[in-house]
This record gives sequence, structure tokens and C-alpha cells, in this order.
Amino acid sequence: MPGPSTAGMTRRERYEAQQKRRSALIAATSTVTVVAALYFLVPLAPGWAKVQQSFFNGEVLIKTFPKLLDAFRINVMIFAWSAPAIAVLGLLIALARDAKSPALFPLRIFGAAFTDVFRGVPVILTVYLIGFGIPGLGLPRPWNSPYIWGSLALILTYSAYVAEIFRSGIDSVHHSQRAAALSLGLSERQVMRDVVLPQAIRNVVPSQMNMLIALQKDVSLLSFIGPVEIFRQAGVFKSLLANFTPYVGAAIIFLVVTIPATRYADHLMARQMRERR
Amino acid sequence: MPKLDLRGVVKQFGDHMVCNGIDLVVEEGQMVCLIGASGAGKSTLLRCINLLEPIEDGAIYLDGQDISVPGLNPQSVRARIGIVFQSFNLFPHMTALENVMLAPRRVRGQSRAQLLPEVKALFERFGLADRMNKYPDQLSGGQQQRVAIVRALAMKPEVMLFDEITSALDPQLVGEVLDVLLMLKGQGMTMVMATHEMGFARQAADKVCFLKDGRIVEEGPPQSIFETPTQDATQRFLARALK
Repeated sequence: MPGPSTAGMTRRERYEAQQKRRSALIAATSTVTVVAALYFLVPLAPGWAKVQQSFFNGEVLIKTFPKLLDAFRINVMIFAWSAPAIAVLGLLIALARDAKSPALFPLRIFGAAFTDVFRGVPVILTVYLIGFGIPGLGLPRPWNSPYIWGSLALILTYSAYVAEIFRSGIDSVHHSQRAAALSLGLSERQVMRDVVLPQAIRNVVPSQMNMLIALQKDVSLLSFIGPVEIFRQAGVFKSLLANFTPYVGAAIIFLVVTIPATRYADHLMARQMRERR
Repeated sequence: MPKLDLRGVVKQFGDHMVCNGIDLVVEEGQMVCLIGASGAGKSTLLRCINLLEPIEDGAIYLDGQDISVPGLNPQSVRARIGIVFQSFNLFPHMTALENVMLAPRRVRGQSRAQLLPEVKALFERFGLADRMNKYPDQLSGGQQQRVAIVRALAMKPEVMLFDEITSALDPQLVGEVLDVLLMLKGQGMTMVMATHEMGFARQAADKVCFLKDGRIVEEGPPQSIFETPTQDATQRFLARALK
């Protein structure tokens, strides 16, 4: 039944428009059904009243939210100084592992050992070992601060992963680019700096975005060695109010940050896939 | 003394003999065309001359100096010998202008301001003046290849090598690139090119070498190679190539 809006359409366009309407209708119906089912069925569960009371308590949420937001600033702060350090150290490790000169052989070994060790140990263990171990040496204030050593643990762990991503980026630059640069008389070092690295870094931006998102979440692991960041703050409220809602509040705050970031990373990734084709 | 003198050049990839004892003399200002089927060793030979590939045996002399001595710093040699590749290999993260200025800036330490007038002149000479600030992906294949040639010329090389530089181009773009080569020939540039453009080789080359299985089977002025080839292999190749 071609309406007035479909007047100028070709046969094919009419067919596709119809299919599109059909798909939208089905998607809407199915979404409404699933949401309605959840909305009506979940409260029928025997423990729902208790769960709602202890996890989704509006009063508690409103009361604790500002403080949680406040504590989240600690997360942001630790993230803000760790991320650049990770980028720099990760790049240095990646370059060290690709060093060709025999004089730099120890660096290569070191780079390999570094990535093996820090990728092989759970983050929380590294946080514990460094965060408790180094201040245990009896360092004077402020050098015994868990902020410093906890951040260092994150920096070391994440640098190992970030270094591997940089290396894959370096490998992804076609060898003909290297040949072209060398043929102009550039040195190996200049080829790396001016030709390979700029392309390599651009190629791995989406992957590194994902590492940043993971880091933002893992900052919370530092709560185990002292800093009262958002997860720890939520824990304090939980004990105080005998209610788990602050954890949900913390989760909401994380999501507000991570969802746009994840979407953006996906967008970059998709664009890159299109460009490669 | 010849500009470029190759004596018994051998290049192997594993068990595969790519160049199997190649002798080639290129005089100053000559244009030498290497022809032959794909895999005959033309490209590899050019890469050896530019020291992008080390040779197993034989020697390569540039102005009488052995540039194939193991351990020689290849940078100074490469700055004297330009090469242009089939796939352009422009740096995609730089504009055409930056592509061209990179090597003179880094290798010769010249500043952008110093370089700009002469680089601009190069762009103008090759009909690319309005393309200087474009990125490679904003240029046509023919334009990209001409920028690649300008990039090599900016180092003021004494010899230019061309590795099938028109093979990746649409037929209607081949002409504009070959015109550039004629222009360079007119200026007395010494050139060695691997090519499948038989018409061009016949018209422009001073010497044509037919390669097969890593050897120069036959060489001589274009008339004799194209009109009176003496070797069976050359005759068979040309019969197919000129069909």
C-alpha cells in the first residue's frame, strides 16, 4: 500500500522501506515484552523485597551519592597521573624490546622479562606486594604513601600490556614504509621516530583506549592498601548503614564515565576497520 | 669511469637465486631499462644497488667506489641514490610537502624555511604546485607517484632507480609519470628502471637489459633488443610482451 510519501520511490526502495518498518516494529515489540517481563516477574522472586531494600534503596542512594562522587575524585586523580606514566613507560618498553643494537641487548632482555612478569601476575597481587612491600622498608613520609606505591603497581602492570600493544602497532606498519624511509638516507632511529612510530601509535589508539578504561576501573584495587577512593568509601557506607546500595551508586558513577569512553573506543575501532578496507 | 658498475652481483633468498651473477655498466646520464618477466630479479637488483638488500657476492661500484663493502654505512650511499617504488610508499601521516622535506631536514639538517623555495620549485616543475599540502590519500595514483619522485629528487641524488613505477597505475595515469622520466632524462639524470612499459623502453632507453632467472640474458640499444634480439628467451619474452 504505497502511501503519498512513497510516491517517488523505485520498486526496490519501496520494498526496503517496508522491510525497515517491519524490522522496527518487531524490535520494539520484543524489547517491550522483555522489559515488561523483567519488571513484572523479578518482583515475584521470594527474596525481591529484601534485595530491593538492601541494593536499590533510594533514600540511601541520595544520602551517600555526593560523598561517593567526592571519593571518585581520588580515582580520577590516581588515574590522571598514572595514565601518562603508563603511556611513556609502555612506549619505552616497546622500543627496548625492538632494540637492534647489540649494546642494547640487556635492554631487550629487561623489556621481555618486564612484560612477562607484570602480565603474568594478577594486578591485585602486584598492588599488594609493591603497595605493602616498599613502604615496609621503613621509608619516611611522604615516601611511604600508598598512593605512590599503589600507583606504581598500576603503572608497572599496565605498562606491560600497553607496551605489547605498541609493539603490535609497530609490527602493523608495512615494511615498505621502512624501506622507503631508509632509501632516502634516514637512520634506523629516524625511521622509527618519524615514519614508523607516528603510524603505529595511530593504529593502536582504539586498543589503548580500552586499556585506559580498564585502568579507570582497576584504580579501585588501591582501596585494598589504603586510599579511600570510591569503592572503599562505598564499603564504609555499607558498614555504617548496613546497606549495599552505595555499591550500586559507585557502579553508576563508573558507568557514567566508562560507557561513553567504551562507545568512543568502539567508534574509533569501527572507523579504523572501514579505513583499512 | 662508469657512474654505476655492477660486477657479478649475486643475491640469494634462502635457496632461491634471485640475482645470479649480474654485470651491468651504467654511464653518467644514461637511462637503462631492465625488462623481463616478474620474478626475473629486476626489482631485487634495484634494491641491492640502493643497499636495501645486502648482496652475497660480487661488487657494486658508484663512481668507482665499492659501495657493497660489508659494514659500510649505507646511509651516505642511499642519500646519493634515489629509488621510487611500484607502490609509491608515501608516508600517509604527512602531507606531500612534509614527505618531500623529511629527508633533507633529517639527513642534511636543513630547515623548512631553507628548503621551501627549492622544494616548491620542484613541485611546480612536476605540475604539483596545488597538491603540496594534500595528504597522500587525497591524491590520485599518478600524483602520488610524482610526489614520490619529487621526494627522491629532493635529496639531489646522482642516480635514480625506478622499480616498475607505473605498474600500479590506471592506464590513463601512466603517461603523466613517464613524462616526468623523460624530463629527468633531458636534465641528464642517470637512471635505471625496471619496467613493463615496452613502448617507453624502446623510445627512451639508452640501453635495454633483458633479465631471466637472475641473469642478464641480452643487452644492447633498444633497436637491437626489440628488433633483432639474438637470444631465444628474449624473442619469446618479447613475442608475449608486445602482443
